[in-house]
Amino acid sequence: MSPGDLAAVWLTLKLATVVTLLLLLVGTPVAWWLAHTRSRWKGVVAAVVALPLVLPPTVLGFYLLLLLGPRGPIGQLTQALGLGTLPFTFAGLVVASVLYSLPFVVQPIQGAFAAVGSRPLEAAATLGAGPWDRFFTVAVPLARPGFLTATVLGFAHTVGEFGVVLMIGGNIPEKTRVVSVQIYDHVEALDYAAAHWLAGGMVVFAFVVLLALHLLTGRREEGR
Amino acid sequence: MVRRLLFILLALAAARVFAAEVQVAAAANFTTPMQKIAAEFERESGHKVLLSFGATGKFYAQIRNGAPFQILLAADEATPAKLEQEGAAVAGSRFTYAVGKLVLWSARSGMVDPRGEVLKRGGFDHLAIANPRLAPYGMAALESMKAMGVYESLEGKLVQAENIAQAYQFVASENALLGFVALSQVMEGGVLKGGSAWIVPASLHAPIHQDAVLLTTGQGNPAAVALLRYLQGAKARSIIQAYGYDI
Repeated sequence: MSPGDLAAVWLTLKLATVVTLLLLLVGTPVAWWLAHTRSRWKGVVAAVVALPLVLPPTVLGFYLLLLLGPRGPIGQLTQALGLGTLPFTFAGLVVASVLYSLPFVVQPIQGAFAAVGSRPLEAAATLGAGPWDRFFTVAVPLARPGFLTATVLGFAHTVGEFGVVLMIGGNIPEKTRVVSVQIYDHVEALDYAAAHWLAGGMVVFAFVVLLALHLLTGRREEGR
Repeated sequence: MVRRLLFILLALAAARVFAAEVQVAAAANFTTPMQKIAAEFERESGHKVLLSFGATGKFYAQIRNGAPFQILLAADEATPAKLEQEGAAVAGSRFTYAVGKLVLWSARSGMVDPRGEVLKRGGFDHLAIANPRLAPYGMAALESMKAMGVYESLEGKLVQAENIAQAYQFVASENALLGFVALSQVMEGGVLKGGSAWIVPASLHAPIHQDAVLLTTGQGNPAAVALLRYLQGAKARSIIQAYGYDI
């Protein structure tokens, strides 16, 4: 692999790590709310969260480019805050990837919270546990398989991201040129040998990740 | 009267028998002129043209792997030559259908001066170009910046688009204040559509010869042969020139 390829691999891992951590932070409260609310807005929020599942990444990328750009509302806000505009930056990729991978993190956690149900929490409450205590010592440990699935899927899905990055990344080495874009470049430039190294690596990575997920969650279920 | 009707019906039927279909892969920068040319050609010949637009490198890979295209209108001269060498294109069918012109463009008026001095002056965060590894216009942009002696100072500001259409999109949305695009994208009917532009002198970069070639899959297809002939005709040439290409 060339230094450019290694830089792309490193950047991709960095992006996926940052995005996964942020998603766990942002996605957990959303998942909790979705699992427990009786609000009539639940359907709307759930649909918004799931949008990236069905939208083509080009739609997401195209609108992000316009929204985050200097003439878009978010772009004008970031400029007013002295942050400049987000497209063509690492921070921009992080924002886009958080949106893009959101359902892959929220949905497993939401499912796990729902499966835990309210009875263990009520039991903890009768034993005098406060709401934060109940959340961190009862709900989260019981929902661990959901968090595990969410982490793995969020990370892997960000690694596999292509369309959105292509639309707002600008293909800048060490800033926005991730592995999937690098592979695309190699293929388009007819450098198939270089493409195979990275593309084959991605296939192996994806397989190992999914196999590991199956083994981890599978063992957990049997252990119950 | 009846006889005349019969004659018209027969003529229509005959035209249908002779009408054929041709599938064309065309460079992204040639999208609008080709749509016009194809419409004219369809009207005059009765043949049907199916157009696909994209990056030349991608078309190459697809053609080599059995894509049903019968004509390639490339953004360069290397790809058609390569296809001919490899036996995927008909020998001797290559010709230059357009010579591309590179332009430094901004969606804001007054941003680009008539001599391109803005490249030395600065005052912008991002400069969009098509990926030089993939797109001839990107390579020409790179060569021009180097010839002007501004490449070193601009390198950190470059954002690369996958093809020239995306470079245009970066500049049109003002995410990049400036960019090198194809003149054909910002010009219509011989005038600039908007913003400000500087046509990069052809002396600053190698000429962007865009070659057409008949693929072996199109051999013997009357529509393919007729379309290639039409592309070299006066009508097609005047459309091509109106979009800012030399020919």
